[in-house]
Amino acid sequence: MRELAPLFADEPAAGHLAWTTSELPAGVSLTQVSEDDARTRTVRAPGDRASAVAVKHAGGAMALTFAANTVVDEPITIDLEGTGGDVRGHLLIEVGTSAEATVVITRTGTARYSELVSVDLADNASLNLVLIQQWDADAIHAGEVLARLGRDARLRGTVATLGGKVVRLNTSAAFAGEGASVDLFGLYFADSGQHQEHQLFVDHAVPHCTSRVTYKGALAGATARSVWIGDVLIRAAAEGTDTYELNRNLVLTDGARADSVPNLEIETGEIAGAGHASATGRFDEEQMFYLRSRGISEDQARKLVVRGFFADLIREIGVPAVESSLLNQIDSELAHVEEVIEHE
Amino acid sequence: MTTAPQHTLEIRNLHVTVETPEGVKEILKGVDLTIRSGETHAIMGPNGSGKSTLAYSIAGHPKYTITEGSVTLDGEDVLEMSVDERAKAGLFLAMQYPVEVPGVSVSNFLRTAKTAIDGEAPKLRTWVKDVRGAMENLRMDPAFGERGVNEGFSGGEKKRHEILQMELLQPKIAILDETDSGLDVDALRIVSEGVNRAKETTGLGVMLITHYTRILGYIKPDYVHVFVNGRVAEEGGPELADRLEAEGYDRYLADA
Repeated sequence: MRELAPLFADEPAAGHLAWTTSELPAGVSLTQVSEDDARTRTVRAPGDRASAVAVKHAGGAMALTFAANTVVDEPITIDLEGTGGDVRGHLLIEVGTSAEATVVITRTGTARYSELVSVDLADNASLNLVLIQQWDADAIHAGEVLARLGRDARLRGTVATLGGKVVRLNTSAAFAGEGASVDLFGLYFADSGQHQEHQLFVDHAVPHCTSRVTYKGALAGATARSVWIGDVLIRAAAEGTDTYELNRNLVLTDGARADSVPNLEIETGEIAGAGHASATGRFDEEQMFYLRSRGISEDQARKLVVRGFFADLIREIGVPAVESSLLNQIDSELAHVEEVIEHE
Repeated sequence: MTTAPQHTLEIRNLHVTVETPEGVKEILKGVDLTIRSGETHAIMGPNGSGKSTLAYSIAGHPKYTITEGSVTLDGEDVLEMSVDERAKAGLFLAMQYPVEVPGVSVSNFLRTAKTAIDGEAPKLRTWVKDVRGAMENLRMDPAFGERGVNEGFSGGEKKRHEILQMELLQPKIAILDETDSGLDVDALRIVSEGVNRAKETTGLGVMLITHYTRILGYIKPDYVHVFVNGRVAEEGGPELADRLEAEGYDRYLADA
């Protein structure tokens, strides 16, 4: 991963992403906070070098804060556009007690971007966080999402990685109070020349929490690469834990490579359930034959199968505009696949 | 149906091979068969005689290689057509084991197929009515439309879904590959009614591949072909089915 090297350099960066934010309703604020504040309000220390560099050199953080009991129906959208160069980013998302919100962050344009996103859910808070990587083809992005969940908090996190040259977006969620739950969804579509990596860590440190991790990817083109690593730790104290993680990869053409590594470490036997599944398969020719035998053309059949592959995942996002936009982007990814296949 | 247009599926000296771990194996060894609109041809035979290979070869499954012979529909060379072109030309294969396509809803699938076959999207209002009516006829719950194609369907639901497609897509010639296998008698009756409806309303020609004679009590064949070892061993009228019922296939297998 030579391309990531600039993101590990322990030095400031001059570049910025252009922010466009939807109107913030009462109880919601977006403010610039100082370096010291940013450090203390981040839920824990960065887990990898790129995010550590980001925290050190971002010059403080942007903090999106939801006051206790604030319930926001409309999604808060933040569009981040890169205009090239090296960028360090540090974002805090803080959801107060019993507050509920949806935040959609979309990254476009190009940059060499390292970032840390700290997600702090107070007791009984609920956050639906959608991170969309829709970068231009030459963007490099190494990000880490660190989440801490208080008692009875609910985090639903969706990652959609479609653009960029190299994207590594790691998510780590830790339970700080009982009765909390995380649902982490991810979808990615890697073409030739793209490397997409998602590492997940769910830390069950307290009893009676639930976690679900569901990531699905499609790969097309000889040098398309994806890496998925899903780690779940159930500590001795975490009785009554219920966890399941799943990764599925659909390989559309020869040469593409998907690595999939689920890990489950269990320190107590008193759990409600723990499991994982990983499957990487070629495109199913029998499905294609079935659809085509009903008159449906080859490219349209492929579109149906791939849309179907992602459909249940996309439906989980719960933001209609994002759902339809992602389906359209999958269609345009598939249009590229047609070209790849025709050249083969 | 005197006004229904006449269509002819003509199979001549069809030889088909398949790759097996032991090497290339010839499954069909010179099949001759002609099916016209309105006719029902029962293809009967023991397991492994090549009945399904015949069905899938005509539909264009990539697993099979045609080494000799011809298949034409109204004089057009079917073997030159891609799988979807064959369907657009008017062929339909009801599969013995319909394939699951997760995440693609039945209603989306049916509309996409109908649009592809007709070359234009069906008029929404009549289409919704047609689908609902066809599902009612096949005793299918309307909620079926929102399920994934064949996803978690029972055996009977899969077969009814095949017949539903056949009724809505209105092919010229339909090949039913063991549509009766594994159905209890109630489902068999419902499915058979669907086939008979299609015959009456569109003059459908039917190749009815079956292992059992029971379905022939519900769908009356005009011709019965006994398929043994990759070719037609004997042909006759419906009375041949009665004889098979009484005697089984042993007589043919002894010769093979």
